[in-house]
Amino acid sequence: MHIDDLASRSGEWLRGVGPQSDIVMSSRIRLARNLADFPFIRRCNDIDRANIDSTVRERLSKDEILKDLTFIDVATLANLDRQFLVERQLISREHANSDGARAVAIDGEEQCSLMVNEEDHLRIQVMKSGFDLDGAWDHINDLDDRIESQLTYAFHEKMGYLTACPTNVGTGMRVSVLVHLPALVITNQIERVFRSLQKINLAVRGLYGEGTQAMGDFYQISNQITLGKSEKDLINQVGEVVPVVIDYERKARKFLIEEDQNELFDQVSRAYGMLQTARRISSEETMYLLSRVRMGINLGLIGDLQIPKINELFIQTQPAHLQKIRQAPLSTDERNVERANFLHQHLKVSDN
Amino acid sequence: MKCQKCNKSATFHITDLTGDGVLALHLCSDCAKHYLQPETESIEAPEITGVLSQQLKLEQTAEDLQTLDARECPICGISFYEFRQAGRLGCPHDYVFFGDELEPLLVSVHGSNEHTGKHPVRGAYDAQSQTELIRLRSEMKQAVSREDYEKAQSIRDQIRAIEGHRRQSPNEPS
Repeated sequence: MHIDDLASRSGEWLRGVGPQSDIVMSSRIRLARNLADFPFIRRCNDIDRANIDSTVRERLSKDEILKDLTFIDVATLANLDRQFLVERQLISREHANSDGARAVAIDGEEQCSLMVNEEDHLRIQVMKSGFDLDGAWDHINDLDDRIESQLTYAFHEKMGYLTACPTNVGTGMRVSVLVHLPALVITNQIERVFRSLQKINLAVRGLYGEGTQAMGDFYQISNQITLGKSEKDLINQVGEVVPVVIDYERKARKFLIEEDQNELFDQVSRAYGMLQTARRISSEETMYLLSRVRMGINLGLIGDLQIPKINELFIQTQPAHLQKIRQAPLSTDERNVERANFLHQHLKVSDN
Repeated sequence: MKCQKCNKSATFHITDLTGDGVLALHLCSDCAKHYLQPETESIEAPEITGVLSQQLKLEQTAEDLQTLDARECPICGISFYEFRQAGRLGCPHDYVFFGDELEPLLVSVHGSNEHTGKHPVRGAYDAQSQTELIRLRSEMKQAVSREDYEKAQSIRDQIRAIEGHRRQSPNEPS
């Protein structure tokens, strides 16, 4: 598998299928793990990092499932390719931008990614389309068992899996569900939803993780604490609150339709029209408009477009994706023109 | 109808009772959001370094803190000062070595200091031989940096011996 082959596909988390996929984009679980016989990354020199990298590769090749993962050497990867992997959520921004030997191993469906030498020696991640935390847990739990049969993890009887940052110790687990909440944003209820989630120790972040703006009305809801609760409890904590948020979003959508369907139809149609006809468009504006169109499709206001297509456009209009697809480095201004061209091609007006 | 603050179309029609009487506003969603919630609270979790420094301020005198800051893990060499500046630990042994300081931190971050989740299938780890390897590797680095190659070589032999022993043990498939 080559990185360039990924560009034309949308990957697991944007497939647009699975339970509640009109509102839930994807379910993701990650586990932070460290090898017992190496210092944490902060105290590793180049030799340690290279050793960890080669030990992991060598050991994983002995497992009948793990041996099929494709290892990508992130350290020697071009900037554009790193950015591309960040946009696909296969590596973190920190992993892309740090120094020294580091890698990521991914499977063909892009459901699983294994970062080597991120903040911890290993960051295992599994993504499923739609609302499917149980599926994600079964998958990652099996991967974790397989890795653990090949490598010795740093584990303490009382404190659990030991991590570089004490905020991840214990289960080392972060469960997160990516939801699309345009109606809660439009009706101005989103801040209130966030505050109530925070009160029960859940975090809300933007699409690309900590510190990023909520682009395209996408939000990740995830657990904050990792110690003192079992993996199942942490999954349930997020799993129980997501249906409530889904219900709020549906109510807000219903409210918008009942209050003024023509106004909503107008907004959605204008967004669609802008995407079809713009000659120069930024990534932010594209996300904003695609978000409206996505909601419009789900509410039956737009009939000639499918959700998977819209999901594809969300990722393919990101800066690095656009450059990979066009196979040329582009300046911001050139990207804005190319993005408009790309959208124009993919959203051709059907009835002219 | 256009938004009164920008040129987008107004979707919010707000009637506000102010000291001067009734104020009618026609705003787009962005301006309405801004109008209704001028201050948005930060939704990010508190940083670990912040929680730690607050906790230390409450519990330690300046002299105690100075002594504490100077403590270094015998395995990886990280000082407590370095940990609390960066918020990242240096090796698994730090959880034991700085255990007394970490315990209240874990409780304030997680509301608990005891893991109740998954255990590695192969059981508890053998703390001694694991940390031994980390310690030896760091000693070897030091020996190399002061160009004491004889010492470095003897340490490397010890490392190989431990690694070789573990490869053969049933717990460590090679």
